[in-house]
Amino acid sequence: MTTMQVAKYKGIPKGLEGDRAVAEAMRQMNPDVVAAYPITPQTEIVMRFSDFVANGEVDTEFIAVESEHAAMSSCIGAAAAGGRVQTATSGAGMALMWEVLWVATGSRLPIVMHAVNRSLSSPLNIHCDHSDTMGMRDAGWVHIFDENVQEAYDNAIQMVRIAEHPDVMLPALHALDGFIIGHSVERLETLPDQAVKEFIGTYKPKYSLLDVEHPATFGPMDLPDYFSEHKRQQAEAIQNALDIIVQVGKDFGELSGRPYGLMEGYCLDDADYVLVALGSTAGTSKVAVDMMRDSGVKAGLLKIRCFRPFPHKMVSEVLGKRKVIGVLDRSISFGAQTGPLCLEVIASFFTHGCYPKVVNYVYGLGGRDIVPTQICEMYKELVEIDKKGITGPVQRFFGVRD
Amino acid sequence: MALKGWHEILIGGMITDVGNSIDYKTGDWRSYRPIWDDKKCNNCKVCWVYCPDGSIVVKDGVMIGVDLDYCKGCGICAQECPQKAIKMMEETKLREAVK
Repeated sequence: MTTMQVAKYKGIPKGLEGDRAVAEAMRQMNPDVVAAYPITPQTEIVMRFSDFVANGEVDTEFIAVESEHAAMSSCIGAAAAGGRVQTATSGAGMALMWEVLWVATGSRLPIVMHAVNRSLSSPLNIHCDHSDTMGMRDAGWVHIFDENVQEAYDNAIQMVRIAEHPDVMLPALHALDGFIIGHSVERLETLPDQAVKEFIGTYKPKYSLLDVEHPATFGPMDLPDYFSEHKRQQAEAIQNALDIIVQVGKDFGELSGRPYGLMEGYCLDDADYVLVALGSTAGTSKVAVDMMRDSGVKAGLLKIRCFRPFPHKMVSEVLGKRKVIGVLDRSISFGAQTGPLCLEVIASFFTHGCYPKVVNYVYGLGGRDIVPTQICEMYKELVEIDKKGITGPVQRFFGVRD
Repeated sequence: MALKGWHEILIGGMITDVGNSIDYKTGDWRSYRPIWDDKKCNNCKVCWVYCPDGSIVVKDGVMIGVDLDYCKGCGICAQECPQKAIKMMEETKLREAVK
């Protein structure tokens, strides 16, 4: 969400947890099929949504499956049959979907997933980090992060338009931080049912298994003579999503007064020291930026909303000339130099010919709290790096006891 | 068949020209070839029933041979033939015999 603008529809103020806000968006979208399995901290989405189904408030066929592998497989079948299809999952559940996540993208089925971020075992932990969705980052899904409950609601609705766009035709997920957004009650404004219905329109698939007049085979065997060409199409489609995400975010702004882009800057124009963050931490960081600005430090924040496709050109343009950059990763890419977000940021700089000093903060694993004063410590480190002129270790495990 | 570029094909490997498997000749997968002895054959057509690839050629109700463009050499026909009229021979040995 960037700046407020005049809305076509007056919002309806509510107090909802992130999970319930997503379920509310799903009710308004009225998908043809939802196939899901309960898992903490996503359970409330399907729990609440199945109430809507039981009460006849939606027309959705709800498939209570025996596992997440079956959930995603059912979604694939229903999407190939021409339905508008959604699911929700977290952590280990997403991991169990792994094989079929790739089938969804390779078959070019615009399934929408509401992903509530949870760490991956072991050791067992139900709380938030980004290991689950980062683990599937190369599966080809459009991948957007929500900052708060309002964005969880807004992005849930936008995902449908992005996924189903003829130039994209890929599954899309939006990720909300487990518990931090999923289970926290915040004020948000929802749209009238009719507005959501108009915004997402009717899905008219070009091909479907149920169109017996035009029979089609989905997901056939593809040998070395064509597999590369189909993957090349997929690579093009996810790049196409960059423009579509911006267009859909603009349209959503006209509807709701809350336009969206690929990223959002906070106090960025004159900032020398910039942190880059995903999800709820971006919101926390805004408070830290204000605190740093009060003490005279030119601090700024870049929130990445769209992680896949990664807006590398824009990141390099916005950040390339800053003094020191700190990138916050809520997951580890074991054995890599940095976490997954920082790898993307550094690669963006390199390919576009800019070389600011960059450090990577791994933080908040397994749901460990991150608060504004801690983020201020990071800003102070960035200032220190600038003063000394020495970057030091690139990856830093923030707040981990020695 | 000329191979097409990525702009020219449907997304997701989708197939809309129904029945196009005829364009894909699977005979070159074969490592064993069915050799049919028409003297032993009593034309019961059990092989025709069992062949998973429709490679037993029948004309006017009579078995006339095997379509080697599609036969993968699975050997089911030879296994099922009540007259033992089909036997499987290694392609490499057949080729050597030709030389």
